[in-house]
Amino acid sequence: MSDSTSIMPEHPPVNDWVNDFDHTDPRWTENPFPIWEELRAASPVVHTARFLGCYMPTTYQAVKEIAYDTEHFSSRRVIVRDVRPEITAKAPPITSDPPEHKPAKQLLLPPFTPDAMKKLEPRVRAICNELIDEFIADGHCDAAARYTKHIPVRAIAHMLGIPEKDGDLFIKWIHEILELGIKDDAILMRAVQEMTGYFAAHLEARRKNPTDDLITTLMNAKGPDGQPIGDVHVLGSLRLLLIAGIDTTWSAIGSSLWHLAKTPADRERLVREPELIPTAIEEFLRAYSPVTMAREVMKETTISGCPVKPNNMVLLSFPAANRDPAMFPDADKVMIDRKENRHAAFGLGIHRCVGSNLARMEMQAAIEEWLKRIPEFRLDPAGKVSWSEGTVRGPRALPVLFGKAG
Amino acid sequence: MSGKLKIHVDQDKCQGHARCKSLAPELFDLDEYGNAHEVGDGTVPAGFEDKAWLAQTNCPEFAIEVTEE
Repeated sequence: MSDSTSIMPEHPPVNDWVNDFDHTDPRWTENPFPIWEELRAASPVVHTARFLGCYMPTTYQAVKEIAYDTEHFSSRRVIVRDVRPEITAKAPPITSDPPEHKPAKQLLLPPFTPDAMKKLEPRVRAICNELIDEFIADGHCDAAARYTKHIPVRAIAHMLGIPEKDGDLFIKWIHEILELGIKDDAILMRAVQEMTGYFAAHLEARRKNPTDDLITTLMNAKGPDGQPIGDVHVLGSLRLLLIAGIDTTWSAIGSSLWHLAKTPADRERLVREPELIPTAIEEFLRAYSPVTMAREVMKETTISGCPVKPNNMVLLSFPAANRDPAMFPDADKVMIDRKENRHAAFGLGIHRCVGSNLARMEMQAAIEEWLKRIPEFRLDPAGKVSWSEGTVRGPRALPVLFGKAG
Repeated sequence: MSGKLKIHVDQDKCQGHARCKSLAPELFDLDEYGNAHEVGDGTVPAGFEDKAWLAQTNCPEFAIEVTEE
């Protein structure tokens, strides 16, 4: 039973997107692109009174200005929610501002370089094939539930040194924190507590028996003062890696497969020209960017000429920036051979996603292994694709049929 | 068109997206944190000009300068 007193009232439907936007509205969840176009046509920065007051930059330029401005915009809250409770569970470096940010981030960077990812890649490709083995004979599957969901969970578990079979537990926490938690504080707090307890037990076990994994690396890490960073910091960073590393990449792989399922020409081309897959992945990242971040306005300023006032949140939509035609010609067209592509799917500035190299490797492995074994597939006309709500967007149900149509 | 190209990664702008290393591994290297710098003095060997421009036009932070000597 959830604590019903903590549930916020249902959000009223939106009638005026420009002055009253709501990124949890079902129409936004289903198809946000025309909404972003409408907002962008109205102003580079729009505002809603929902979520206790929130701005949204709608252009690439406005998103970039905010991402680079750590003086007026804090990262201490990175999800736009109905409530703004006291900050009790930090997750450095994503929730850190300068000067704390840099040392916290530098601890996490070496384990996530492209070279480090190359070592993990064979395991990720094996995970992909183990998953495909489970459903390929059926001739169909829900690719979101059976494939894309499990790849990042198992990969990050492998890196952290925790059992891959605990994946369902992680997925439950993430759903509670990133989706249900937007509107229900009690669910969010309980999920954070459960997750913290889970990792605390792993820390305890490693104090007795040190292992060769990312948890142990973090436990041994030293801060700028030369002292160990301590359990609170370690637990915060572990929460971050689990939350940020799973449904984001689940979404990115899922959106890519969704596109290929409904676009036979692109699918056939990638089967014929697999060397184009990395370029196509960048375009999928641009066109279907999964991650929207948040900032909190700390001091009054102007962004792209629009006044921005404290006590408001900012919905920092890298996905909307990546659809801005002023930055990307034919922004609404998915062109899998797009050559010039400075997309901001992994953020801009100091908070560039620490796991971007991991995400790219997982996407490449997942799409290559799938296309090798299932070169022909399409959306199941009898099924329904459903999308996640909130700040990470991707397919949560993706029913596909294998083989040629007909 | 015959001028030699030179590349330079602005260390204050690079955030380690590693797009340059992926697109032009012959021209860029990464440090232990994954941040990029040009190989050697940044002179682009003949035949790698397209890769230099490709890296430049895919850097999300506009951190790569390409100059013609």
